[in-house]
Amino acid sequence: MTCEQCGTREAVVILKQVEGAEVRILHLCEPCAAERGVEDIEATAKTPLGAFLAAMGKEIVAEPSLPGAAPAAVCAACGASLQDFRESGRLGCAECWTTFEGPLRGLLRRVHGTTHHVGELYQTPGEEPTDPGALVSSLRAHLRSAVESENFELAAELRDRLRGME
Amino acid sequence: MIDLSLLADGGIGWLDASGPANHLVLSTRVRLARNLRGRTFGVRNSARDREEILDEVVAAAADSPGLAGAAVFRLDRLDSVDRELLHERHLVSKELAGLGRNDRVRIGAALLVRDRLGAMVNEEDHLRLQGVVSGFAPEAAYAEVDRLDGELGQRLAFAFHPEFGYLTACPTNVGTGLRASVLIHLPGLVLTKEISKVLQSLAQVGLTFRGLYGEGSEVVGNFFQLSNQTTLGKSEPELLDLLAKMVRQVIAYEEEARAVLLRDAPAVIEDKVWRAYGLLRYARALSFEETMNLLSGVRLGVGLKLIPDVGVYALNKLLVHTQPAHLAAGRGLSTDDPTLPIRRAEYVRTVLQDEGRRAG
Repeated sequence: MTCEQCGTREAVVILKQVEGAEVRILHLCEPCAAERGVEDIEATAKTPLGAFLAAMGKEIVAEPSLPGAAPAAVCAACGASLQDFRESGRLGCAECWTTFEGPLRGLLRRVHGTTHHVGELYQTPGEEPTDPGALVSSLRAHLRSAVESENFELAAELRDRLRGME
Repeated sequence: MIDLSLLADGGIGWLDASGPANHLVLSTRVRLARNLRGRTFGVRNSARDREEILDEVVAAAADSPGLAGAAVFRLDRLDSVDRELLHERHLVSKELAGLGRNDRVRIGAALLVRDRLGAMVNEEDHLRLQGVVSGFAPEAAYAEVDRLDGELGQRLAFAFHPEFGYLTACPTNVGTGLRASVLIHLPGLVLTKEISKVLQSLAQVGLTFRGLYGEGSEVVGNFFQLSNQTTLGKSEPELLDLLAKMVRQVIAYEEEARAVLLRDAPAVIEDKVWRAYGLLRYARALSFEETMNLLSGVRLGVGLKLIPDVGVYALNKLLVHTQPAHLAAGRGLSTDDPTLPIRRAEYVRTVLQDEGRRAG
């Protein structure tokens, strides 16, 4: 496909712009993408997490843009975007882990080979220990919403976790 | 200059060469990354956030047996030579000390330290807890920091996710937040050119290596920091076991390489280690890199029992005190002072002379 901006070079970047409820998708070549502020893919790959992040960015763009399946553009708790994470390699807050859960899972699998913590469990001071029954019901609810939003990868993970617990 | 006498052993008790396999392993360190719940992570913290985080941590630490009475160093209130000094003691990261090319020390960046325990505050994560012990002892180092983690975790609420574990700013640290590393001297494997094979095999099982000063640093004086690369999907004991098992193998390879060197080229090795000793003992100006390389030769000679009059403790002391900020800070100089090589050589001569007298 040729670049939609210059119409001459091969498009290598898919730029997805979210403006209110409207989503515009543009296929661009590297120089035109750079003009629009999309950073150099090569440069990103040079940072320690860069290669993973670059791959992750592609994955997000490649995801089908079903309602509910697209990751939220910005973390409601701290205002960090996925682009911020791609640039710095650092998340903005604990909520980012939920907001960008989908792409982060892919990254965790590549970095650690898994997404599941199996070490020490933390008990927050002043809170009742988590009731295993309550955890199962919350996972079930999470599974239902994953199926409804056709996030099958997440659904499979949750199903495996539930099987492990039951 | 900062007053390191606040610390019983200057924060470098691990130098005393009392731990297991101390002829090869200088120290074992285990660190845990933790963040406070309900607060944004480091990259998004304002100066005020960082001040509040530091206050919270200091209050919790004062109340926890592991860090009660700890010395508190506010990096943001120290000049660069003192920050570098703490970095040279492996007490703070380059990032926290604001020593990177594009780094500036951030408001609220602090170090709490007591005996073998330390806590970096307002690094990339709110808390980096660490336990450091002499020699090769991952379990002992973990036991120390695990106790502190438990104490602080009862007084502060940590960010924890039922599936991802302890949440960190960088996904490479999530889960256990645990990085265990050993600082090991491997001249035998370097001289026999076996080192790259060994390092490659470590990478295959999920371990990685770094230089003398950790992340992003170069290997100097044949010192390697071996550590676990992944933090998620294995329990803390499993991560420690993996590192311990592999380090035991690396130690065995290093011993084998040394035996081969002694068997195949005894005269060359003997000449090499005594030359290193001779230069350190009599040189009048020494650069830091040259000193590290020569100390590596002498350490090998001591390990092979070719050089009788030098103790491992003295070598460890030389390793720390010949670093630029250590030489500069005590003498009121800057780290690029042109007289440092001369002062370094003077210091090395004195220590080796004392060692000779002590032994002789």
